[in-house]
Amino acid sequence: MLLIQAAISCLDYFSSLLIALIASTLPHLEFVFSRVSRGSLGLCSLFSLPKTLLHLWYISFCQPLVLINLRNPNYENGDSLSFRTHLGLIQVPLKVKDIPELKEFFVELGLTTGQLGIDDSTQVPPELFENEHVRIGQKVLTEQDSAAAQQYVRQGSPTALRAELWALILNISSHPEDILYYEQLKTNVIQHDLLVDSLIYKDVKLTASNDDYYFVFEDYLYQVLLCFSRDTSVLSHFAYNSASPPKSYIRGKLGLEEYAVFYPPNVAPLCFLYHEPSKLYQIFREMYVRFFFRLHSISSHPSGIVSLCLLFETLLQTYLPQLFYHLREIGAQPLRISFKWMVRAFSGYLATDQLLLLWDRILGYNSLEILAGKSKFLILFCFSACKIASIVSITRIIREGHHHVFSTLSPPSFLKVFYFPGLVVLFFANISWVTGF
Amino acid sequence: GWGQVSSDEHASWMSVQTIRNVFSVETGYRLSDDQIVNHFPNHYELTRKDLMVKNIKRYRKELEKEGSPLAEKDESGKYLYLDFVPVTYMLPADYNLFVEEFRKSPSSTWIMKPCGKAQGKGIFLINKLSQIKKWSRDSKTSSFMTQSTKEAYVISLYINNPLLIGGRKFDLRLYVLVSTYRPLRCYMYKLGFCRFCTVKYTPSTSELDNMFVHLTNVAIQKHGEDYNHIHGGKWTVNNLRLYLESTRGKEVTSKLFDEIHWIIVQSLKAVAPVMNNDKHCFECYGYDIIIDDKLKPWLIEVNASPSLTSSTANDRILKYNLINDTLNIAVPNGEIPDCKWNKSPPKEVLGNYEILYDEELAQGDGADRELRSRPGQSLGPKGSRLRDAGRTVLTTWK
Repeated sequence: MLLIQAAISCLDYFSSLLIALIASTLPHLEFVFSRVSRGSLGLCSLFSLPKTLLHLWYISFCQPLVLINLRNPNYENGDSLSFRTHLGLIQVPLKVKDIPELKEFFVELGLTTGQLGIDDSTQVPPELFENEHVRIGQKVLTEQDSAAAQQYVRQGSPTALRAELWALILNISSHPEDILYYEQLKTNVIQHDLLVDSLIYKDVKLTASNDDYYFVFEDYLYQVLLCFSRDTSVLSHFAYNSASPPKSYIRGKLGLEEYAVFYPPNVAPLCFLYHEPSKLYQIFREMYVRFFFRLHSISSHPSGIVSLCLLFETLLQTYLPQLFYHLREIGAQPLRISFKWMVRAFSGYLATDQLLLLWDRILGYNSLEILAGKSKFLILFCFSACKIASIVSITRIIREGHHHVFSTLSPPSFLKVFYFPGLVVLFFANISWVTGF
Repeated sequence: GWGQVSSDEHASWMSVQTIRNVFSVETGYRLSDDQIVNHFPNHYELTRKDLMVKNIKRYRKELEKEGSPLAEKDESGKYLYLDFVPVTYMLPADYNLFVEEFRKSPSSTWIMKPCGKAQGKGIFLINKLSQIKKWSRDSKTSSFMTQSTKEAYVISLYINNPLLIGGRKFDLRLYVLVSTYRPLRCYMYKLGFCRFCTVKYTPSTSELDNMFVHLTNVAIQKHGEDYNHIHGGKWTVNNLRLYLESTRGKEVTSKLFDEIHWIIVQSLKAVAPVMNNDKHCFECYGYDIIIDDKLKPWLIEVNASPSLTSSTANDRILKYNLINDTLNIAVPNGEIPDCKWNKSPPKEVLGNYEILYDEELAQGDGADRELRSRPGQSLGPKGSRLRDAGRTVLTTWK
């Protein structure tokens, strides 16, 4: 695990190097902004220097990480040196589920079980699956059965029932004390300014405000994130959890809580489900504490981002080795592309209704492993959709994780394809690239 | 795709100005059988704010006289099914009627709109009679205006409780293609959008003249500070649907969309008798609809020349497809049009359009439909639902 820590401190070093570099060459500020920033960051006033550093530090560190490599040089692979093991970016001996285990784990995604997203499509009469599924969902809600709800959403949740089902699974109820707690947090926001507020503001402005789906909820996002950064109960959760929350500090301010920053998590899709701020906040906090923090912290947990990366690479290599090697040849390491999808749990990369269906499964299986499978499918889809027009265009499209391509995908169909390799072969029988090289 | 043709065109996309010339008696221009145009000669019966309201009021009275169940009223005298236009008066003609109404609820807000303008030009809100008197005085004294050329205005009850999402007001822009009025055949474009204001909504009287809070026209909003060029403050109707289903439930959302389809068809039926159903014509309207916080849709206006320019990338794609699909329906098979055809395109060419109402087909189903679809049932006189999935394609009201 030593090297993993080294990797983090490398990134830290990199970012502080960047800051030092910038600070010493202020005239080049503008250049850095235009190169690194995603949105339209105005040029910071040179008079507010600390803020400037904050912005830069934010850009260099809080933006999706550039994943270089994760490798433990001390680890000796007992198996014979297979050429496979050296191809992926992640070469850490973490335990991830293998294919038979995955099939067993995700058994409800099998061919014989109905799925929302496929089996409620237009060609299928509603009597066959959808109506019954909705009826069961309503029954689960009436009985307030949390475990049953979790089982139920594995097949996808009907849009009208989703908000309540998720609240049931996450054990969120609207007790007066919860609402009071949220109001208290809001008061804290008004009374105390944290340096992190401007970072949150920046992040929302750069991401959600420019997004077709989420721009409407800009104000809700500020509210929730500002409260979240003041919520000490979140920190207390990590006290007994081995994964430490992804905190970072401004250089030189190590240990001072005001200068600590959490990675901006994924609130926006939840705004489609909950329009009362206090409920929205609770759901988001619970989801973060149960799942999403793992995407931002380095741990050996099977749902941790490292394991997901490893799982993704393994799946891709196993099922689509030609694609995998080809992408490496043209300099588009698949993990570099899919990393940013997984680290945000696809929020911002998928159409919201598709995203919510995917998150149904995260809740249902209490695991983020589904993200690895989804990534594998998307790489493939992206590639086949281009039909090898030209290597340059493919690389560019895949690198940009082209938004529009994804908005037409449906997660359940990929799930079936993914876990049942026979289908995979059929699916690609007439795609040119298979025979292309 | 569609290509340009030289002058003896077969399908011409004209501006409203040109249409006036084409159909005007003086010019004596006649369209030949293989020429079609994209406007009806007297489309203004629907697209001018005052005429639209006049026609709808007339339509309602006619139905009431006939004793039609559609014209049923509730205890307070409001139409149950045909109350979809806010209370409106023409000025200066109905000024006294308006004052009477105003005095009944003096705390209400009213919106003044010029009849013939678009893009939010000349619109303002009032909540005191003195404001109208002042306006009327100002325009009377403006030097070059005489009484006869004074611009006609309408004044409508302002919907001050719009449905808010993320704290912001929005309206719906829906595209409806009409290929013929008698029998009525119209298509609804599936990809409508919501236009959001850039500023949070407040009914406070101090913000009554802040157009960024109240008017959703892109032409206005794009001058706002927070206007974003990437999404242009636009949401797809599918997003709206997802949001409403998730937060309010499926039944009320479906009911809302049914009602929207209903009011569009009723508005078309209202003008059908007075519309010059020239066989050379088809028309694509831009319907503006506002939803209030009780999930009731209101018809604000109908545009004959909905903006076909784009403010964002998504917009460009949408409008390109819109024109493409419109022409596919209006001109069958991309061949030279013959306006003697029955204007019944095959299903495959509909593209993103779906049939909203087809009078011929509806009538063909006979009178028993009317009995089955009596008001009072949960779906009212709306019959089977129009679903985006295309499972039930036709609405079946008569």
